Amino acid sequence: MSDSLARLDAEAAGIIGRYPRSRSALLPLLHLCQAEEGYVSDDGIAFCARHLGLTEAEVSAVVSFYTMYKRRPVGEYHVGVCTNTLCAVMGGDQILAGLREHLGVGDDEPTGDGKVSLEHVECNAGCDYAPVVMVNWEFYDDITPQSARDLVDALRAGEPPAPSRGAARLATWKQAARILAGFPDDQATTGHTAGHATLAGLRIAREHGWAPEDAGPPGRDGAPGPGGAPEDGGAS
Amino acid sequence: MTSVLIPTLTAYWDDPDSFTLQGYRRAGGYQGLPKALDMDPDEVIQAVKDSGLRGRGGAGFPTGVKWGFIPQGDGKPHYLVINADESEPGTCKDIPLMLAVPQMLIEGAIIAAYAIRANRAFIYVRGEVLHVVRRLHHAVAEAYQAGYLGANILGSGFDLDVTVHAGAGAYECGEETALLDSLEGLRGQPRLKPPFPAIAGLYACPTVVNNVESIASVPYILRHGAAAFAALGTGRSKGFGIFSLTGHVTTPGQYEAPLGATLRELLDLAGGVRAGHTLKFWTPGGSSTPIFTDEHLDVPLDFEATVAKGSMLGTRALQIFDETTCVVRATLRWTEFYQHESCGKCTPCREGTYWMVRVLDRLDRGVGTEEDLDKLLDICDNILGRAFCPFGDGAISPVVSSIKYFRDEFIEHLKRGGCPFDPAATTAWADGGQ
Repeated sequence: MSDSLARLDAEAAGIIGRYPRSRSALLPLLHLCQAEEGYVSDDGIAFCARHLGLTEAEVSAVVSFYTMYKRRPVGEYHVGVCTNTLCAVMGGDQILAGLREHLGVGDDEPTGDGKVSLEHVECNAGCDYAPVVMVNWEFYDDITPQSARDLVDALRAGEPPAPSRGAARLATWKQAARILAGFPDDQATTGHTAGHATLAGLRIAREHGWAPEDAGPPGRDGAPGPGGAPEDGGAS
Repeated sequence: MTSVLIPTLTAYWDDPDSFTLQGYRRAGGYQGLPKALDMDPDEVIQAVKDSGLRGRGGAGFPTGVKWGFIPQGDGKPHYLVINADESEPGTCKDIPLMLAVPQMLIEGAIIAAYAIRANRAFIYVRGEVLHVVRRLHHAVAEAYQAGYLGANILGSGFDLDVTVHAGAGAYECGEETALLDSLEGLRGQPRLKPPFPAIAGLYACPTVVNNVESIASVPYILRHGAAAFAALGTGRSKGFGIFSLTGHVTTPGQYEAPLGATLRELLDLAGGVRAGHTLKFWTPGGSSTPIFTDEHLDVPLDFEATVAKGSMLGTRALQIFDETTCVVRATLRWTEFYQHESCGKCTPCREGTYWMVRVLDRLDRGVGTEEDLDKLLDICDNILGRAFCPFGDGAISPVVSSIKYFRDEFIEHLKRGGCPFDPAATTAWADGGQ
């Protein structure tokens, strides 16, 4: 058993403390290992096993079930191209083929400079912006083969563009894993998230003058409706 | 003119600060919670029953009835688990909801937890949506600060703690018992039911698992009354829901409408199928719901009418495919997805999806035989109803329905010795778009 990750002991204890039973902490602990090392190493598995009183085999069985855990290093920017049916039909297949050729890497394999790795992903719930590409699990919407090449070139140049719907500043692979472990950065309130498709129905409803019967004007004066807003508690 | 769309959950998504507590309160948020806390928990359950709200995650089980199954006075901890693992192909409603109004989900969670007497709630969000994870953490933190979470919420004596838990990439974890196993730190595989989660869920304690949109609909019901919700929709499909139009449509996006809206109505508003093309096939509620064709434009998109026509409402993920799309290619790709995501627990699903991919690939390349179609249907027959969870049933939906409506197109592949369609013609940029 290795203690090379012992510096994470305090954070591991904090994660375990979130749950009524310690084993529930396994997924976030594995995210934490990825945040530290970029992937789940043998040391990472031993670390989780030690903290949770599990065998390394029990931890390995969980690691191998989930596609987000990597057992070898990926790029600083991990690019996922959706090739599930809808995105594939809208051009995801061409985007993935183009990027494979452009980068010369296979699935989960980083470029020589360690900057970018590539993976085909399943539906990532951004179908109204198809074809969709994810970078470190942030949305890049309405992608074309050309814009995909431009995107990975910018990533390799160390100039990551902001996601279409996400934080203002793209997190690195390790930073993203840390957020998934339950240690969010300071970017929750940044970024543009209500894109054209998100608001499509709302805009059309407004054009037709359709609104919920009772909604009226959106209470800009702060006047609470029936039921009363808990003024004292809520204005933080 | 009658309103086709009725923005409710989506009404303030364009406010720049809709995702903050302040923005949510300005839009009428946290007005349902004080009402709920003034009621007996059983009255809250009754109100949700009276509203007719049915699960928005695909299965359509009545939400209030589910809550009512939680035993009371049993001395065990109760848990509320919110299924934010949105992964069904084509489904893209919960992610924008959580980006735009995460506090709506928190308010609904507090009301739901109060009703079922749970003091712990978990939001199980898929890991592959980083900014959603940020927004959820932020919303929970703001709610604690404001006294909506923690001890003695709004002076009611009710306590609730909420934990945001990020998954790690597994479609199967959207199934409620697999989600619970995953939340317990195991591989995400389904449990045999019964016992149902209401009796033995998280840590073998009584647990309610609800979809994001279901929970987000609860504040409206408390604020405006069950009757206001039940006045919308059709028959036994009450209220409003988010319909996601995607694919070959002029204006893709989120369209919130009363249940029972038709694709024709929604497509009309969305500018129709992309210019110069015609509707070929579509899914009413994700890839696990059998496909429909242009014959089904006027089917009311509610729980009953979709079933009567051979499909399901599912998650209202309306994936639109025009005449440039090869149905064999689409079916193969969906089946590859199911093969990839099958958790492996049940033999019919694990092996069946594997072999269906082999047979479909042969057909797509035009080197199969007509008997392969019967072989596919036979495999489907051996998966249907023979797995622990509905995954297997979902996996056969695209196969059975595409053969039902487009058998000739499969045969055409065999006659030609290949696919007659041009994959370049289906893309978003095919007609000079984008």
